[in-house]
Amino acid sequence: MDLGKWKEIFCRQVWYMCWKEMLGTFKDPRFRRVLLIPPILMGFLFGYAANFNLENITYALLDKSHTKASVSLAAHLDGTDFYHRVATLRNEGEIADPINTEKAMLVVVIPEDFVDKLEQGQNSPVQLITDGRYTMTSSLATAYTSRIISEWMLEQAGREPPISLQVRTWFNPNQLTRWFFSPGILGIMCFIQVVLLSGLSVAREREEGTFEQLLVTPASPVVILIGKAFAPVVVGLIEGTTLLLIGTLWFQVPFTGNLLTLYFAMLLFFLASAGVGLAISANCQNMQQVQVYTSLYLVPNGILSGLFTPIRNMPEALQVLTYANPLRFALDAFRRIYFQGTGFWSLGYDFFPMLIIALATLSFAGYQFRHNLN
Amino acid sequence: MTEWVVQAEKLDKLFDDKQGKTHALKGIDFRAEKGKMTALIGPDGAGKTTTMRLICGLMDPTGGSLQVLGLDSVAGAEEIQSRISYMPQKFGLYEDLTIQENLNLYADLHGIPQDTRKGRFAKLLDMTGLAPFTGRLAGKLSGGMKQKLGLACTLVRSPDLLILDEPTVGVDPLSRDELWIIIKQMVREENLSVIVCTAYMNEAAMCDHVYVLNLGQMLFEGTPQELSQVAAGKCFEVDPPEELPYRVLQGSLLDDTEQIIDAVPESGTVRYIAARPGEPIPTLERWSLTPRAVDPRLEDGFMILLHQAADLEKTRIPLAPLDKIPPRPAQNEVSIEVKDLVKKFGDFTAVSHTSFQVHKGEVFGLLGPNGAGKTTTFRMLCGLIPATGGKLSVAGENLRTARTEARAKIGYVSQKFALYTKLSVLENLQFYGGMYGLPRKKLQERIRTVLEEFQLTGTESHNAGDLPGGYKQRLSMACALLQEPEILFLDEPTSGIDPLARRMFWREITDLSCKGTTIIITTHFMEESEYCDRIMIQDHGKMLIIGSTDEIREKLHKPGANMDAMFIDIVNQSRARGEGAAQ
Amino acid sequence: MKDFFRRLKALTHKEFLELIRDRSSLLMGILMPMMLVFINGYGVSLDVYHSRVTVVMEDMSPTAHDVVSFLDGSEYFDPVYVTSMKAAVDRMNRRETEAILRVPPDFSSRLHQGDAQLQLLLSGIDTTTAMSIQGYVESGLAAWETRQLNARGIGMVSVESRIWYNDANSSTWYFMPGLIMLTITIIGVLLTAVIMAREYERGTFESLFVTPVRPMELILSKIIPYFGIACIGVAICFFLSRHLFHVPVHGSLWMIVILSVIYLFAALGAGLIISVYTKSQFLACQIGLTVTMMPCLMLSGYVFDLRSTPQIVQWVGQILPFSHYLICLKSLFLAGNIWNLTLENGALLSLYALGFVGIAFSITRKKVG
Repeated sequence: MDLGKWKEIFCRQVWYMCWKEMLGTFKDPRFRRVLLIPPILMGFLFGYAANFNLENITYALLDKSHTKASVSLAAHLDGTDFYHRVATLRNEGEIADPINTEKAMLVVVIPEDFVDKLEQGQNSPVQLITDGRYTMTSSLATAYTSRIISEWMLEQAGREPPISLQVRTWFNPNQLTRWFFSPGILGIMCFIQVVLLSGLSVAREREEGTFEQLLVTPASPVVILIGKAFAPVVVGLIEGTTLLLIGTLWFQVPFTGNLLTLYFAMLLFFLASAGVGLAISANCQNMQQVQVYTSLYLVPNGILSGLFTPIRNMPEALQVLTYANPLRFALDAFRRIYFQGTGFWSLGYDFFPMLIIALATLSFAGYQFRHNLN
Repeated sequence: MTEWVVQAEKLDKLFDDKQGKTHALKGIDFRAEKGKMTALIGPDGAGKTTTMRLICGLMDPTGGSLQVLGLDSVAGAEEIQSRISYMPQKFGLYEDLTIQENLNLYADLHGIPQDTRKGRFAKLLDMTGLAPFTGRLAGKLSGGMKQKLGLACTLVRSPDLLILDEPTVGVDPLSRDELWIIIKQMVREENLSVIVCTAYMNEAAMCDHVYVLNLGQMLFEGTPQELSQVAAGKCFEVDPPEELPYRVLQGSLLDDTEQIIDAVPESGTVRYIAARPGEPIPTLERWSLTPRAVDPRLEDGFMILLHQAADLEKTRIPLAPLDKIPPRPAQNEVSIEVKDLVKKFGDFTAVSHTSFQVHKGEVFGLLGPNGAGKTTTFRMLCGLIPATGGKLSVAGENLRTARTEARAKIGYVSQKFALYTKLSVLENLQFYGGMYGLPRKKLQERIRTVLEEFQLTGTESHNAGDLPGGYKQRLSMACALLQEPEILFLDEPTSGIDPLARRMFWREITDLSCKGTTIIITTHFMEESEYCDRIMIQDHGKMLIIGSTDEIREKLHKPGANMDAMFIDIVNQSRARGEGAAQ
Repeated sequence: MKDFFRRLKALTHKEFLELIRDRSSLLMGILMPMMLVFINGYGVSLDVYHSRVTVVMEDMSPTAHDVVSFLDGSEYFDPVYVTSMKAAVDRMNRRETEAILRVPPDFSSRLHQGDAQLQLLLSGIDTTTAMSIQGYVESGLAAWETRQLNARGIGMVSVESRIWYNDANSSTWYFMPGLIMLTITIIGVLLTAVIMAREYERGTFESLFVTPVRPMELILSKIIPYFGIACIGVAICFFLSRHLFHVPVHGSLWMIVILSVIYLFAALGAGLIISVYTKSQFLACQIGLTVTMMPCLMLSGYVFDLRSTPQIVQWVGQILPFSHYLICLKSLFLAGNIWNLTLENGALLSLYALGFVGIAFSITRKKVG
């Protein structure tokens, strides 16, 4: 058979395979709803929830000093935009309640000898009590409040700080963590979707008995592989686009990079994810096993992707493990494209590993298709 | 006064979902007598399973009244369900549980006390022949054993009413006999009331009362004898001339819709039902054959009833007329060659040292009890699993390693009718056609042709999963034939299919073989081996006999014997020899 | 009643056997919690250590060195000193550094005038790291200033931070209660979501329905084994976090057990509702994973504090049962017995458990098609 004919048949097979997979995924209106509605809802919910900036600090004040200075400090706090005093306490015994009931994120305690110490030229401590059950809120509230107290101190003393620190944050001048999380949410939600969908696709055909039929047709495993990866990748692209639009339009997350580069990154990422899903699927006999193995894969890889916590903070051994995690590279690529506007050619760091993962998992899955019957 | 266990009047069931409305039962009357066996027969999509489910309270009727054991089927559903036993078409065995565990589960659910249980289990296991395997997982059993276990599970206690929905589908004749022996013994000993749906007419003939259901309407009610009498004086048999395969004569007769109601090859002759006995039949005149009158059977009556009810213009398809003796399968052109084929799963030998050849244009039947190694042989031929040893070639290539072009030459219809249930009929066809690489124009043309040939026109937009069994079978055939394969593999294509659909299926096969397509087929309907040029019988992975049905009859010195009996003979003899050798 | 227990026992036994033979569910019950605890204990930390800071020393005076000396020997920083801004920016572009601290040439001379400037350039790609680095640098500089002022006999207001309920403020401890919640939710919802759907799809229910079995027994028989698996999972979580990571339990252990059981029932109930409602394994897997994993991470208070989100998002968080369970767990582990909080949320959780299991009962019918 000559090459031209072969190519024609190959393309036809791929076309029909992809078409069938799309029908199988989207024809049933129940499937459509389940695939398309949750990402929209969650895009909004998570967009609001994923935020480490405190936009509203509720605090309680225990002023044991009752001096002009302490009142002025309290007034300064109250005057600060996002500080809301929810309680004014009378004694130490009352501190527990606002913290325990989560009414206050912070209790500011001004000791009795507050002014005395200052006048004696000693350092005078103000106690900031925070709730360790919310560790991020706790450290942020402490940091913000310290900053405000030093400002107040300088204002009182009527002088400039000896050293002023000019901070410039590239790509995210106001250090909005919502920006930071937006591409991350896009990445992890699509990751879950694509891995699960591709994982289920082969197991579903196995349970229905159509997979053998497919193997008896002249279509090569490559054709099957392309088709099986196609629908999950399309679903991923739809979901990714939805989340991209929600992020940039509703949450005003900046997008400085090239849209084509982003889509290329997504495509590569989804291929790698689909490869992982298919590799899992090729080794499962039924959908329950797929469910178990995909969640055993997704949960740790989701947590170790750098979505919430920087990868550099992890121990060496775990960092090595993350090299097999396509999400890790995708998140880095997405963030760089979003904020830094990094161009296509500078993203090799992220593209190559994803490409390798995609090739490895897809060829493994393709091999397993033929060799794992029974 | 007769006591009725089931009384249905003007029973109506309308399915109304997003797919559209289906009127499954159109006001049928149905009664089953206590202590008797009542059979419900009818073609696919007649509404048999729906009737069964209604009786079991698994569905609610949309009209009419239905009393089961004197209880209303809707209000008393829970009580009905605890007093009756039901064996659905595919009995829901838990495949990860052993035989014993499956039995225990049902015994516990029915609250059988431990002391009575012991005796009951022993009896059931003994009757079903499952006693040596109690520790085996249900998922590892052959189809026949699964059905027997399902029956045993429904019979853990003596129910007030036993409902069997096609209990012997996909079961070999040996096991089928055994199943019926169990049922009849239980009926005799425990005075069971039984309602059974079946596609095997000889099974219906064993019942006390027969109902014929077609398209949601009752066509007939009476005893099996009364049903046979419908065909009285219309049944004949005729011997084909030399060199003319039975199937060609049978097909040729069948094509004559004016004169012939039904024709089947049987025990070395061709049996037919004449529409107007006495009038000349062109086919017989062409080969100057003289028919002999024979006694009518239940199946004949059934076929006449369906014939009257069906719109024949719609059911018969124009195929090439069978007016010539087709060329014999070319002996020198070998389509499939198997030499010393062996397949082992661990210690278990599924197929042992089997050799055979299939020639171009031949219809080759692969028969054997469940678990004999037929499906394994099939899967090796199609390249789905590797052989442990031996050589095999299909169209000159080993499909396991063959390039994709070789696989383009074969068509494969698997046991489970591998269709995409969520896709429509048309979409299934388009997809498989695409996989075979047919160009768009050609594909459209082929789809139109197969839709017509398999009478699927009008169902294009239905989801394949919602089709009745016979339609699914036709659709899988249609899919496999899209690319006009040189070799067609059919794994139990007729199980669970009604007689009418089977006639059309075989007519299609006759046509294909005349065109030179090689066909290799497995079946549990032994009479269907008469359609084949040659058959091979396997048991325990070994080849027992190979040859044409006439040759086999000759070898066994049983002229005119029916294949069911011969098959049972051959297998039992071989098993006895095996046991003798082992001792 | 005797019949009820006999049938329940038979069905549960069947369920156990299937579970043991398939093994994948058991794997989930054991592997998932172990993985979570280890990853969390060793891998996940919100605290930023050893941030790579490139210091551009354009002023080489001793004063300048003294000011930035807080970077050296601190576990928070891994400083690298360069002399030109260009070199530093190159390092940033090569991803070798997360921040640049620039000490301008006139730093020490202007310091004497009291208006010295330092520049801190942060890469905002990883915003949380950037925020942490800024915080550390600010407090380092503040400490230097305070020392200077103190030397001149001037007192400053200092901040004394007290973190209640998590003495070491280690995120390992912080995350552990969340892990138990994650384990229960994932095991409870995901595993049960498939099992009923599987029986509908494989047709095993059709034969089972035509027996004296009651829907209540079917549901309970599905709950019991998976309840067992989840308990094993939680026990593993608990044991490992206590013994490997010494997570404290300040509150009542009994309360933790009781609340976990209640929450587990809610999770199992939710899984069964999904299963019975969809009757399809594909949909059940899809919905199961969608409603557990991400919402659990994002909306429960596990990572993010919902108190700083808009009211509507807080409401959504309040509707989801896992937030109520999590706050109880966190309090019981890290704080102690805060009875009004525990009881209030416990009562809510019980309502959820009853509601979910009740709905699962009421939508299970012995019908097919």
